[in-house]
Amino acid sequence: MISVQNLSKSFGGFCAVNDISFTVKPGEILGFLGPNGAGKSTTMKMLTGFLAPTQGEVEVMGYNVSDDPVSAKQVLGYLPEGAPSYSDMTVKASLAFVARIRGFSGAELEQRIDNVVRQVELEKVLNKRIETLSKGYRRRLGLAQAILHDPKVLILDEPTDGLDPNQKHQVRELIRNLSKDKIVIVSTHILEEVSAVCTRAMILAEGRILFDGTPSSLAAKSEYHNSVSIHLAKDAPGLVDKLEALSGVSQVEQQENGVLRVLSESRDSILADVNKVLHEMSCQIDELHVDQGKLDDVFRTITGQKEVAV
Amino acid sequence: MNPLRVILNRELASYFATPVAYIFIIIFLILAGVFTFYIGQFFERGQADLNAFFDFVPWLYLVLIPAVAMRLWSEERRSGTIELIMTLPVATWQLVLGKFLAAWLFVGLALLLTFPLWITVNYLGSPDNGVILGAYIGAWLMSGGFLAVGSCLSALSKNQIIAFILTLVVCFLLVVSGFPIVQDSFSGWAPLWLVDGVANLSFLTHFTAISRGVIDVRDAVYFVAMMTAWLYATALVIDLKKAD
Repeated sequence: MISVQNLSKSFGGFCAVNDISFTVKPGEILGFLGPNGAGKSTTMKMLTGFLAPTQGEVEVMGYNVSDDPVSAKQVLGYLPEGAPSYSDMTVKASLAFVARIRGFSGAELEQRIDNVVRQVELEKVLNKRIETLSKGYRRRLGLAQAILHDPKVLILDEPTDGLDPNQKHQVRELIRNLSKDKIVIVSTHILEEVSAVCTRAMILAEGRILFDGTPSSLAAKSEYHNSVSIHLAKDAPGLVDKLEALSGVSQVEQQENGVLRVLSESRDSILADVNKVLHEMSCQIDELHVDQGKLDDVFRTITGQKEVAV
Repeated sequence: MNPLRVILNRELASYFATPVAYIFIIIFLILAGVFTFYIGQFFERGQADLNAFFDFVPWLYLVLIPAVAMRLWSEERRSGTIELIMTLPVATWQLVLGKFLAAWLFVGLALLLTFPLWITVNYLGSPDNGVILGAYIGAWLMSGGFLAVGSCLSALSKNQIIAFILTLVVCFLLVVSGFPIVQDSFSGWAPLWLVDGVANLSFLTHFTAISRGVIDVRDAVYFVAMMTAWLYATALVIDLKKAD
């Protein structure tokens, strides 16, 4: 378990993390969301013991990170932002270095490296110097060194940044497939990633937690949650009025491409009601689907920013 | 393997992974030769000792050691690998010591490679090999002092050039504080303990004593204390500056 209590960090006069508290249980995949400069990386740096908090306590699997940093670091795997690595080493030497520091030797060391190299598909570049590798390979190497010792707690700072769509998918698969008794904390500003991999989402902005819940409850905050989009094959006069008269419907938007968007007042499902109206009027429909709501909108509303930093 | 050993091995290997190590060793040996034979007039002196070499070692180190030390921490901070290494289960002192020892061994290796000088002097005459051994040990201890200063100052900056210049300046002050010019500027007005204190801070004073064959525990203690103090300072600086 990770428990964070009243954690704060200020640099000079600037407060990067402002009195946050939360706990994460094994099995949870927690996504840190937030605009740049929200305090995601700073929080992660304090969780991993790289930065000392200005105030507050962090406990990782029972070890206090400030009092017993080495024990805490033993159960942790960490991919720092930008996946730094020693550019003059080969991939294999660099993994062996991390493995030795983590106390592995001999056959077990080889075994661990083999496993992890297969998991993140580094076979092709095993004997290449890191400075010659592409960004994607470097990121995967960073991931490899983080999961090499099969840690109970895995902290990944923007693990998919700079990867192509295939590699992103691969990394997400990897995170999802990690055994179920682990704690994984991932930071990202790609919102789809949260719904794709996380069991829990936390939005940070200006050093505070603004939202903490499941990705679906985050989506439910969208005004488009459970809205129904309809594209009619033929015009049906009076349909909009009828739909707007439904008790669960707050509004019907007519979009430029001819799609009608029926918004749910309570954000509960209104599909059955809408469907009934369509049937009664014998409308011919090209397309009909239910929206879960755009995370981008929710994110913007919550963080109060005009644009989502990508 | 002990984490300290792992760090040490990686660091040593990294010297030889790039041309840095070879360039350093070659320049060190060439300069040592130039100083000993041309400026130190090894042959003309007609004496069976290596003073012609050891008299110049502090000056050689003054320029070359900051070049070795500057990358110790600056590079880790610049490339961000400091975040990688400091989130591995290693104590800060193990990192500081491991890196320092690797550099110290490397500089020691360069020093050992001056052995042809020793062979030459033994071929030409019969020197006091005890004194020569003492001087080698003294030179190595002194290089440790320089490196420890460099380690601390390279932790201060992400920029290797700044680290180099800072180290050069501080080491220069530590070398010349035993010089008559510096001493004279103090002796007119300062109390005796301060004059002695400044003279005692000098690398040169202690190194000269050892290299003349006077093995005094105090001189060895001086260098060890110097290294300990600067390495301790390194650890403090790293904790303060690592996240900048």
